[in-house]
Amino acid sequence: MTPLLTVDNLRVTFPRAAGPSTPVDGVSFAIDRGERVALVGESGSGKSLTCLALLRLIPNPGVIAPGSSIRLDGTEVLSLEGEALRAIRGGRIGLVFQDPMTSLNPVLTVGYQVREAVTAHRNMSRAEARDRTIALLDEVGIPDPAERADAYPHQLSGGLRQRVMIAIALAGEPDLLVADEPTTALDVTIQAQILELLDRIRARRNMAVLLITHDLGVVAGRTDRVMVMYAGQIIETAPTARLFAAPAHPYTQALLQSMPRLTGPVGRLVSIGGSVPDPTAWPTGCRFHPRCDRRITPCAGEVPPWRAAGPGQEARCWLIEGVAP
Amino acid sequence: MSRWLLRRLVDAVVTFLLVAVLVFVLMRLAPGDPLDRLTEDRPMAPAEQARLRTLFGLDQPLGTQFVRFAEAAVRGDFGASIEYYPTRVTDLVTSRLGPSLLLGFTVLLVNLIGGVWLGVLQARRRGSRLDRWLTRLSLAGYAAPSFWLGWMLVSLFAIKWRLLPAAQMTDPLLPPDAGWLSRAADVGAHLILPAVTLSIVSLAATMRYQRSAMLEVLRLDFVFAARARGLSERRVIWRHAWRNALFPILTLLGLWLPILVTGAVFVEQVFNWPGLGSLTAGAVMTRDYPVLMATALLVAAAVLISGILTDLAHRWLDPRTRDG
Ligand SMILES: Nc1ncnc2c1ncn2[C@@H]1O[C@H](COP(=O)(O)OP(=O)(O)OP(=O)(O)O)[C@@H](O)[C@H]1O
Ligand SMILES: [Mg+2]
Repeated sequence: MTPLLTVDNLRVTFPRAAGPSTPVDGVSFAIDRGERVALVGESGSGKSLTCLALLRLIPNPGVIAPGSSIRLDGTEVLSLEGEALRAIRGGRIGLVFQDPMTSLNPVLTVGYQVREAVTAHRNMSRAEARDRTIALLDEVGIPDPAERADAYPHQLSGGLRQRVMIAIALAGEPDLLVADEPTTALDVTIQAQILELLDRIRARRNMAVLLITHDLGVVAGRTDRVMVMYAGQIIETAPTARLFAAPAHPYTQALLQSMPRLTGPVGRLVSIGGSVPDPTAWPTGCRFHPRCDRRITPCAGEVPPWRAAGPGQEARCWLIEGVAP
Repeated sequence: MSRWLLRRLVDAVVTFLLVAVLVFVLMRLAPGDPLDRLTEDRPMAPAEQARLRTLFGLDQPLGTQFVRFAEAAVRGDFGASIEYYPTRVTDLVTSRLGPSLLLGFTVLLVNLIGGVWLGVLQARRRGSRLDRWLTRLSLAGYAAPSFWLGWMLVSLFAIKWRLLPAAQMTDPLLPPDAGWLSRAADVGAHLILPAVTLSIVSLAATMRYQRSAMLEVLRLDFVFAARARGLSERRVIWRHAWRNALFPILTLLGLWLPILVTGAVFVEQVFNWPGLGSLTAGAVMTRDYPVLMATALLVAAAVLISGILTDLAHRWLDPRTRDG
């Protein structure tokens, strides 16, 4: 069975006076129907640009480099234009943005914004569209949906606004919901509610979900598989349980160690030394080698190949001996 | 909301009264007076001069003059024009208001439709050749002095090619029994050159404001979010982006509205357009105090009212300020 989404060698470049920068540089992955996948990485690793690329929404003057491929059910998204492209946006892939404060239009009511997402993908009467809007607002747990539909974004709390964004993303009945750090901008108590809501909706609708986060804590128990991104590339992918039990890449290990634990000694918050390198000048060889305390001879000079590290687990690191596939 | 409006109205009235006093006093403090002009080219006996001073109340102390003026003005009576005696100032002003409004609204319409559309187009094609050329052209129009531009257009379209009338608002040779259609066509033909002149010099401001406002909005998250839900580009641009980029235009419009009323002095002069602009310019030359007072107060009222209208429109269009 072909996967729902196949991304192959995705590269996003921004032209610059000092030479192009490539914040997403050769990302490949696949997502099956109904699969729950997490994309994890530090700030600046290229997660958001990867999401935006799926919908061809890279901000000017950025471009998706030739040679990249994004196939949805076998259709090449990168060669679509006009109507066909709009049918993908919101219709096949729904996108929930990071900051619900800025991603709703301040001068239009939330009901209007849900309704236009509904009618963008289905022809229906005004009354039907209104009913559908209220049903969607109800589905994402907004109290008094008929009344709240007439509210403007600034009249709603951050949590409610993010629920509205989720309703908008669901309006076109997508097969894949991409949620780009959907809780980062929210209060801690609200974060859990929104994640639970996403879980419930996914189970009910049986969509695939791509959850972007820089917090491995929200991934456990919520996704089937985790992809770890570093410096514009995916460097490890593994079933979620496996990743927590036996992370293969030193970067993944460092990420796991930097997670605050609820059990165990309090106050042990390890952070990874150094910071994500600059996309105008990626390090040679393994991009993590300047920050890696276990680097060996080939790390600085040669790009590590993908190596199997366990069942369903692969990583790009010279340290991995290689498990027979 | 109503308390806010009440405060604005009170502010406006106080400002209006201040302007009235200020204009009245400054006008009389400036050297020269209407009699200088009247006696300029014909000698006048001192007794006759004194009689005229008494007639227009110019022999009274400043305070008395103002009180008399104010008492009459609240009754809507601005007295008689000195230059066009005995024509009443109110008759003079009302006969000039129509032509000014006609010219002003035509230019406003061109500005709003053309300037907004071109500005949005420029923002969408930022950095392209089209964008750069539109900027150059609009700046050239902005830099051109309006009387010079008016003259160039007249000498080409009216004198050289004889396509359009050169001046006035109506053709004096039009038969008096002409139907309304040919009258309208006549006014329309006279309107073209002054309207084009004023539009060219004023379009740049609208375009540039609209371009930069639109550029600000186009990079905001909600524009990406609107595209991400599969909306048509037209809807994304106009309903989502432009709806947030019209506030600077609204402010500009508020500054523009008074010009609708007063007309543009230079252009009205060049085209001999029978509007308030040319009336005011003439009144400045002749020191026609009653006419100057009336037009100054009209401008002040227009500025204050359009300020309030702009704020009202702003509050109506921006829900964030609506319940504030
Ligand atoms: N509009 C842009 N122009 C130029 N460079 C950009 C632009 N947007 C992003 N980048 C570059 O791409 C890099 C990755 O950005 P991206 O937003 O994808 O990171 P991210 O992984 O989502 O981080 P975060 O966790 O902070 O959201 C950034 O560090 C930045 O250098
Ligand atoms: Mg991001």
